[in-house]
Amino acid sequence: MTLRDLINKLLGRETASANTARERLQLVLAHDRVDMSSLTTDLLDKMRKEILDVVAKYVEIDFEEVAVSLETEDRMTALVANLPIKRTLSGEIKFKKNDQISKTDKDIKK
Amino acid sequence: MAESTRTILICSGKGGVGKTTLTANLGIALANSGATTAVLDADFGLRNLDLLLGLENRIIYTAQDVLDENCRLEQALVRHKKEPNLALLPAGDPRMLDWMKPEDMKRISELLSEKFDYVLVDCPAGVEDGFKNALAACKEAIVVTNPELSAVRDADRVIGILNTSDIEPIQLVINRVRPNMMASQEMLSIEDVQGILSLPLLGIVLEDEQVIISTNRGEPLTLTESSSPAKNVI
Repeated sequence: MTLRDLINKLLGRETASANTARERLQLVLAHDRVDMSSLTTDLLDKMRKEILDVVAKYVEIDFEEVAVSLETEDRMTALVANLPIKRTLSGEIKFKKNDQISKTDKDIKK
Repeated sequence: MAESTRTILICSGKGGVGKTTLTANLGIALANSGATTAVLDADFGLRNLDLLLGLENRIIYTAQDVLDENCRLEQALVRHKKEPNLALLPAGDPRMLDWMKPEDMKRISELLSEKFDYVLVDCPAGVEDGFKNALAACKEAIVVTNPELSAVRDADRVIGILNTSDIEPIQLVINRVRPNMMASQEMLSIEDVQGILSLPLLGIVLEDEQVIISTNRGEPLTLTESSSPAKNVI
């Protein structure tokens, strides 16, 4: 590294390439690590059922409106669950609102 | 001896990161410490372990000949002259690539385990059949990578596959490290690489011109008298 590079770096004119490398690597791995072909419909159904079982312990869900899907945006894949809540199990109707559970691809991986 | 033999896969995904060099030098170092060690070249297509060890002119039989019963295991093993505890076994001839199956590699590894304390398997690059064959022969793995984007990315894929197998432990060696570049933050740091791959770090090997010189001569660094940065690590 020349003196000029050092000054540039100290003045923040240019970011060190290791930072760029780290960011690019994290993005590309986030994509690589989710093997979409391994998430079959069967697996997604199973996951959906288990998530609903857990949530149903605490609140009553509108099963007709439930939607669980995988969405990919900006090279990140997310599991998006849309579970409309009818009422809490204490019996009191509080609200009907879309409750979103979002998991990053890291959580999906095994 | 068979029970306690350690069969270790040396893999990387990407080619050219130093699998074969590490296998050769680790083999010599282990043999030098008194452990009987076999290095198995599982890279049929492009085998080079013989060259690095300076044994390229002494290969007569391969593991395939042993399995075909064309020869005994002892005949196929190429003993290193300067390091008698070390023996090389080439897996097979490039022309017979399709012949080998994971069960065959497993069988070879079992035969070697009867005679050696350590079996190091130099894995071919890639994640295809050659890798899967080599994988079947081992109980543990060392993943070699460089602090470079493409090498780390490929290592991550290999680790993904290893994680779905019975291989354990899986350890990391970061090779060709340039401390100056890391200090000026122009190279991924050890912490970056280890953090991203999340494997226990077995060791770091510095970039060292002596490695090229020793490869030219067919005398692994660990065999020579002189000291050098890369040698001292191993």
